[in-house]
Parts: sequence; C-alpha cells; structure tokens
Amino acid sequence: MSATFVGMPAFPMAAREALANSQQRRNLAHATSTIRAKRAAVVSEVDDWEQLRLAGAAIKDNTLLHLDEHLLRLEESLTARGATVHWARDAAEACALVADVARRHGVDEVVKVKSMATVEIGLNDALAAEGIAAWETDLAELIVQLGDDLPSHILVPAIHRNRAEIREIFLRHMAEAGRPAPTDLTDEPARLAEAARLHLREKFLRAKVAVSGANFAVADSGTLVVVESEGNGRMCLTLPEVLVSVVGIEKLVPTWADLDVFLQLLPRSSTGERMNPYTSTWAGVTPGDGPQEVHVVLLDNGRTRALADEVGRQALRCIRCSACLNVCPVYERTGGHAYGSVYPGPIGAILNPLLKGVGVDEQTDSLPYASSLCGACFEACPVRIDIPSVLVDLRAQVVDAHRPSRKPEALAMRAASAAFGSGARLGAVERLSGLAGRLLGSRGRTAPGGRRLLGRIPGPGAAWTDTRDLPRPPAESFRAWWKRTGGRDE
Amino acid sequence: MVTCINDALFPDAGRAVVRLLHRLGVDVEFPAAQTCCGQPMVNTGYLDEAVPLLRTFVDAFDGYDAVVAPSGSCAGSARHQHAAVARRSGDPGLVAAVERTSPRVHELSEFLVDVLGVEDVGAFFPHTVTYHPTCHSLRMLGVGDRPTRLLRAVHGLRLVDLPEAEQCCGFGGTFAVKNADTSVAMGADKARHVRETGAEVLVAGDSSCLMHVGGLLSRQRSGVRVMHLAEVLAATEGAA
Repeated sequence: MSATFVGMPAFPMAAREALANSQQRRNLAHATSTIRAKRAAVVSEVDDWEQLRLAGAAIKDNTLLHLDEHLLRLEESLTARGATVHWARDAAEACALVADVARRHGVDEVVKVKSMATVEIGLNDALAAEGIAAWETDLAELIVQLGDDLPSHILVPAIHRNRAEIREIFLRHMAEAGRPAPTDLTDEPARLAEAARLHLREKFLRAKVAVSGANFAVADSGTLVVVESEGNGRMCLTLPEVLVSVVGIEKLVPTWADLDVFLQLLPRSSTGERMNPYTSTWAGVTPGDGPQEVHVVLLDNGRTRALADEVGRQALRCIRCSACLNVCPVYERTGGHAYGSVYPGPIGAILNPLLKGVGVDEQTDSLPYASSLCGACFEACPVRIDIPSVLVDLRAQVVDAHRPSRKPEALAMRAASAAFGSGARLGAVERLSGLAGRLLGSRGRTAPGGRRLLGRIPGPGAAWTDTRDLPRPPAESFRAWWKRTGGRDE
Repeated sequence: MVTCINDALFPDAGRAVVRLLHRLGVDVEFPAAQTCCGQPMVNTGYLDEAVPLLRTFVDAFDGYDAVVAPSGSCAGSARHQHAAVARRSGDPGLVAAVERTSPRVHELSEFLVDVLGVEDVGAFFPHTVTYHPTCHSLRMLGVGDRPTRLLRAVHGLRLVDLPEAEQCCGFGGTFAVKNADTSVAMGADKARHVRETGAEVLVAGDSSCLMHVGGLLSRQRSGVRVMHLAEVLAATEGAA
C-alpha cells in the first residue's frame, strides 16, 4: 500500500477538495442518513439507554483512573493463560514487535482482522518494508486496500465508495492480490460479497500468522474480545497457528461483568443492530484449539499523553462505534479523508491532537476547528464524551501554544476584546459602523424584509460575502435607540 | 442582555424583545455597560481575551432577578462556559460573581414559558412560517418545544415543519469563516430545506444563525425572509 495520510493539508483546504467530489457527497449523504435512522430506531427501543451511557462512562473513567493497576493485572492473567505480553511505547515499537513474530515464523504474509490500532501505527506499510504482505480481510478494509485508497470512516472505511465503484475496484485489482474477481461480476451486494468471500477464503486457509486488534480486554480474566459482523475475524482468530493482537491500553475493562454494558452500547451505536453477528473472545492459548502461540502488544502511542489532559482524557472512553461520525453535519459533507487521519469525524478532531499533542503541526492544530460545535456528537456518544467541550478546550491549547501571535485572527481577537471592554467603547464602534452604513446611501440590493445589503467586503471578510449576503450596519444600534427612547417609543 | 450581534447588527430583534416583555408586564432594563458574553473568543480558543468581557458581563448583570437573552447561543455560553473562563482568570471574585449571574440567564423562550408561564403572548402574524431550532438552544440549553409552542399560539400564523430541522445550519461562529466552504455546504442544505417548505418566513431564536442562512437565502434570491422569534412574538395586528 502506498496511500498515506502523511503530508495531508490542514482541514479547511482538504475539506474544500472533498466538498467538490459530488459522487462522494452523494455516497456519504445516503450512507450516513441510512445508518443514522437505524441507530435512532434501535436506541429508542432501549428504555434505560441513558443509564447504560452513564454506566459505560463510569466504568471507563474508573478504569482509566487506576489504569496502571489494571494493566498489570491484565498482563498477569494473560501470561498465566499462555499468552506473551509485549509493551509498545509508540508505533515503531509496536510494528517492530509484530514484524519480529512474523519473521521468526518465516512467513511472507499475515491475515488481518479489522483493527483501528494497527492502521493507526501504519502496520501494513511497516510489514511491507520487511517483505511481509498484510491482507485485510474485513470487506470494507479489503476495498480500501485493493483500491490503494485510505479509510474514511472508523466502522465502514469504504463508506465513501458506492457499489459501482466497488465492482470496478474488484475487477481491476483483485487479481493482483490473489484469486481474481469473476469477469461477469455485477454490483449486486450479494455478488460483491461472494467475490470477496472466495478471494479471502484461500488466504484464511493458507495464512500461518494472523494480526488483530481488540474491542475490549478484560483485566481479571485475560480475555480479549473482537466484535464484528462478517465472520472474517472469527476465521483469523481461529485458523492460523499464531495470533498477534495489538491492543490500545485504553481498551481495558476490569471484569467480565463490565462487558455487559458495552456489548449493549456498541452494536446499537455503531451498526444500528441490537446485537452484532459475531463476538469472539479468547484468553491466551487453549491446547489443541485455535492459535497455539498468542502474543498481545499493549500500545501506548500517545494514550498516556491524552490521559494527562484533564478535559481531554474522556476521549479515552471511546469504543470506536462511529456514532459521532454518522450524526456529524461536517463529516457528512467532507467525508473522512479531510481529517487526514485514521480517526476522522468529531472523535478524530479531538483524539488526534490529544494523541499527538498540539502546537506540533498545522494539520493536527486545524482539527479542533473542524466543527460548528453543534453538539450532535455528544448527544449520540454511547459513553458520553462531551466532544464540543473538549474541542473548545483544545482550541484554547492551540492558541496558547502559539502565543504571542501576530496572525490576523489573533490581532482581530485582541481588537475585539478591547472594543468589547466597555459599553461606551462598543457604542463608539457602533456609531462609526452606522455612519459607514449611511454613507453607502441607497446603493446595493435589498433583502426580503427591506434590509439594505452590504456589497463584497475585501480581506478576510470576503470569506463571508463571497457566498452569503450580509446586511448593512443599521443607522441606529440597539444601544443608541435605548439611550434615545428608554425603550418606550412604540 | 440584548447580545452584541443584536445590538450592533440586528437592533430590531432587541427592540422586539423590549416591546414583547413590556406587553407582558415585565419591568425591562438595558444595563448600558453590557457588551458581549465572550463566546466568539472562547470558542476560537482565545480565553485570555474573553476574561475582560466576562468582567464586563458580571458588572453589568450582577443583581438582577433574571437576565433574558434573545439567543440560545449567548445564553448557553453564559450558563455553560463562563465558569471555566472565570477559573482560568484565577480571580476568586470573578468566579463568585459568575456563580451568581450564570444561573439567572434565560433564553427568551425559556423565560416566557418557564418564568412567566405564558404560551399565547398575544401576537398576530398572518404568515406561513417555518422554524429552525438552533443547536445551542436545542442541545446545550434543551429548550425543547418551547419555541414552537409559542409560535403555534400566535394568531394567524401557520407553522410548517422544516425537514431535517435539527441538523446544524453551519454557522458555528468563527467556523463560518475559518471553514467557510464546509459552513456554506451545510447552510446550502439548510436553505434548500427551508425553500422546500414553501414558507414565507424562516424563524429562529439566534440572529447569528439567521444571518448565515438568511445570507444564503437572500443571495439565492429565494424571497424567503428571516426573522428572529422575538420579532414574530412581538408582532401585533396592524404592525404585521
């Protein structure tokens, strides 16, 4: 794979490109509105949904509060059950650990369960550099991989593609990676799925090493959990001889009983199903059944940095359901690539700066601003991450990281702060703007209702007036009217 | 609390609030020391720049029974953001003052329905209207159906449902210029839904959102007028 998020432009520029892609706009509007309706229907039938959300948030918060203890407990129980536990501080360490396992078994390919953590660390490229092919087996990840594309959604990485495009990708590229697509392939979902099934089957049966992530890791029992829809995960988790799982350290839940809450919250929030088709759980090695060599890589890669952020640490509650993406009016229009990360949408807008730190690169610093702060994400989040509040806090961190700034925006904010410093000063500014409005006389258009409109404003104001009308400043401000009449002239 | 945008750009909305509240027998004052709640700075990340505005805010409004704002967004900022900005200032006096003023801030429809206990405010407005629930009134304050209950009680008014009403219009404060392309893409869809209703007037409780959607509707020569909720509720026979 050569596609990469590295070097992506800041959000406003990337969004401008994406907004011009009319096919993608249609695909996303259709897909997100369908999944929004499904989610709303299955969430509304749960009477204690709000209690479940509160419970989910509380379990995650308590776990994060004592994360060190729970992690050691997990390592202990995993080791006791025959797994080998590795600790990775960053992406490079994690990739090296996985590559090392593959190399020791002398394989040139691994099969992969859909996993955000492995995409986050760029595992496929790292393995390719070692001459090891990593085959994605999730249908949407397969579409992305075959198309040399980038994922644009957490749950449905190929959400930006429609059926016709998928047919085209299969016909053109499946042969390069293994069994070709049938030449008479149509864009019927059942035919597309069958082509993928046949293509993947030979990989499942051949591969000696599998790589997965985990949706949850139970500290008490040393159980890892993968929740999926297609059954490809079950194949990867049971057929190969060796299994390596890359698990973010925030995936922990203390006990098996805690899973109860999340297995109710996750499917309804993500796919809009009451229950997902496949839930696989495993703990270490079971002699004679499934992989006989099991490795678990516990991944930090910025998570402890996020944990240190008082407001932002709630982002580590995230269970990667994608509900916030599906309800986000920004995501619906720009799609996921504009966010320049494997984690797009509202959660990506906070998670990326929290994991990478602010004030480091322009692209990451642009993400907290990629939101109108409408709050739909917070409302949908199954673990009650207050994304708008975290966005606003991260914006303050971005601004503070660049102080003192001479950017036009910073100067404008300082000027506005001064103008708004007292009612008298604001009144003076209003008298000037009212005068300017009057000087324009009766030129220009009129809005419905009779207000005179301003023409095009030069400079940064053009970002408004290029696309939207703006009323001319009124001759008399409210303040001036009140002073003149005491509020009693009508 | 008329809000800075109404004071400087949409004084008719502020005057309508005064007219409406007078008609309902409320003793209205406009403390001339008020300026802006600080939300534009806070939401853009300029917290230090917001602190002086917060001082002005508490100086102007401390001591009143109720502070009424014709804006879900500004009321939301006062109720949900001021405490954090005050803490950042490190000034215990400001923190204490915010604790007194914040809970007394009401968005207009909240004040009318919850505090005054009215739904029929005696308005007459013989037009077809559609209503856009602004995000901060809907999701930050939770005003629910208060605005539409008020509108349904207006004599002569026909209220038509707005498709996808709860989706953001795309204004978002400085988002409207920092991410102008995305903002306009969202606003264009909102404007399309407004036109689909066939309404003559789009009503909302925030002049900022109306400035954005109204700016698009007017640029499209749609003929749809935008009005603040207060203007419709203040309208009476002969004046409409």
